[in-house]
Amino acid sequence: MAGAVIEVRDLKSCFDGGYCVHDTVSFQVAPREVVAVVGGSGTGKTVLLREVIMLREPQGGSIRLFGEELVGIGERAADRLRNRFGVMFQQGALFGSLTVAQNVATPLKEHTDLPADLIEEIARTKIALVGLPPDAGNKFPRQLSGGMLKRAAVARALALDPDLLFLDEPTAGLDPLSAEGLDRLILQLRDSLGLTVMMISHDLDSLWRVADRVVFLGEKRVLAEGPIPQLTESSHPLVRDYFSRLRGREAKESA
Amino acid sequence: MSPAAITTRPDGSFALAGEWTIHCIKAVTGGVAALPKGREALAIDASAIEAIDTAGALLLVQLSRHCARQGVALSLSGLAPHQQALVDLVAQVPEPEPEPPQPAQGLLERLGRRTMGHVEQGIELLAFLGEAVVALLRTWLRPRRIRWRILWGVVQAAGVNAIPIVALLSFLIGIVIAYQGGVQLKSYGANIFVVDLVALTMLRELGPMMTAIIVAGRTGSAYTAEIGTMMVTEEVDAMRTMGISPMELLVLPKMFGLVIALPLLTMLADIAGILGGMVMAFLLLGVDFNDFIARMPVNVTATSFLVGIGKAPFFAAIVALVGCFQGFRVSGGAESVGQQTTISVVQAIFLVIVANAGFSILFSTVGI
Repeated sequence: MAGAVIEVRDLKSCFDGGYCVHDTVSFQVAPREVVAVVGGSGTGKTVLLREVIMLREPQGGSIRLFGEELVGIGERAADRLRNRFGVMFQQGALFGSLTVAQNVATPLKEHTDLPADLIEEIARTKIALVGLPPDAGNKFPRQLSGGMLKRAAVARALALDPDLLFLDEPTAGLDPLSAEGLDRLILQLRDSLGLTVMMISHDLDSLWRVADRVVFLGEKRVLAEGPIPQLTESSHPLVRDYFSRLRGREAKESA
Repeated sequence: MSPAAITTRPDGSFALAGEWTIHCIKAVTGGVAALPKGREALAIDASAIEAIDTAGALLLVQLSRHCARQGVALSLSGLAPHQQALVDLVAQVPEPEPEPPQPAQGLLERLGRRTMGHVEQGIELLAFLGEAVVALLRTWLRPRRIRWRILWGVVQAAGVNAIPIVALLSFLIGIVIAYQGGVQLKSYGANIFVVDLVALTMLRELGPMMTAIIVAGRTGSAYTAEIGTMMVTEEVDAMRTMGISPMELLVLPKMFGLVIALPLLTMLADIAGILGGMVMAFLLLGVDFNDFIARMPVNVTATSFLVGIGKAPFFAAIVALVGCFQGFRVSGGAESVGQQTTISVVQAIFLVIVANAGFSILFSTVGI
């Protein structure tokens, strides 16, 4: 795939003790694709995400973002890349001392020299786009519910209109309705803003709803890769087992 | 990246070009608002726009709102379907409602609010003291519930580990007192009085107070940060639901431990301070160590020592109480922990000095 947004090849990640969580992890994400990384606990989903967003250096292999190699990248090139993606952390990681609107405006103030009133207007637009009520902008993160907090975190991740959005367990800890709303939002944003999305998720309902493709981590590599219906037919017992639980529930629902 | 641009065409219409994206729209932010001025109709061809994002779309939406407000007929053409879709999406975001003006607070109102805030906090601190005393009585009734291991941990952390810094600082203070006082005494030939000066100031005042201030900065702040972080991570709530009283587990051992550790540290400060004074007295005034020690009992009595050491447990209770109290007042996140820690240290030092003044008045009325 020539125009892949993310291209991970033979990635190796080890810890100080010599234990390696990835050995030969390879996958690609195409533009405007929603790809979910799944796998049991301890299979290194978060490690993988941290390496792709340049918070951790891999011990081998290669990661390319927008065609640019991350291993050995210079600080300036890294900063340029950081402006092209947004990250929503699992707990939101909104700055507690700032209001939601100020949180969204922070990257804008830091990386553009637009007039203050336009920045304020852009922040307001982003807050509305993620489906938060207008008065949410003046609230502090601690005054928001879990679902609103995640939406606010998405708004901040979208502040600079990135081409690529990373989501760490977007629906974890949300009630099914809020989770569904957030999933709808992700698809809507992908369609309207042309985003590419890489997400980590455990929520099978959510995976069925949003993921174009799933990358299944296990045994230090990618065990299986493809659309979910295809993975449910996988020859690998771990993968089949993971997705068959859902089939069981769906069958119960339809009965 | 080609920056966004607006060009005028010979027929009076305008053409938009370049990338209307967040990093490229700087040049046109002012121009967009000026376009509709003094016109009745505005024709814009956007077909040369290479790329557009929400920021660029917002500018176009603002333009059409300006036009609508000024009665200018706008015809915007040439956007690709997906660009038009984005502009439509941004246009759905309603305009901000004008915020109701905040009534300005007068000087008097601000003063009143701040004062009431302090009064309320004072009352809360007293309530906290009351709770601590109740918890204390409860544990006295059941001595087996005293958490000895935590208690000794506190004594270790707040007392033993503070020995070097307290000893060093007191030694230096002793030197300073002897030096400053010695220069004056020397001119009267009253060199030997440096012994009374150093010993009395260290034992009665500076020993206990300096130690309490060091401990407030070192340990009181740690208590606030520790309990505050536990508040943020809901550990305190978890304790309550398990039926463990945070008062018993967090506050009492800290208070007890400090009440044990601070008098001992004060004693150390007394000794180190007098040692510092002795060194300086010898170097500056020629009072040798034997003379110094022989002179001490003349004016310095056991009362002087006991008066100083007797204040230490009270200072310890103040530091521990304020540290824990401010920790429990943490709400929200990291910023609040920092804020309360600052308040804790300032308040503890403030109260220690006030209490010291109170003791001075008390002792002078009873004549010791």
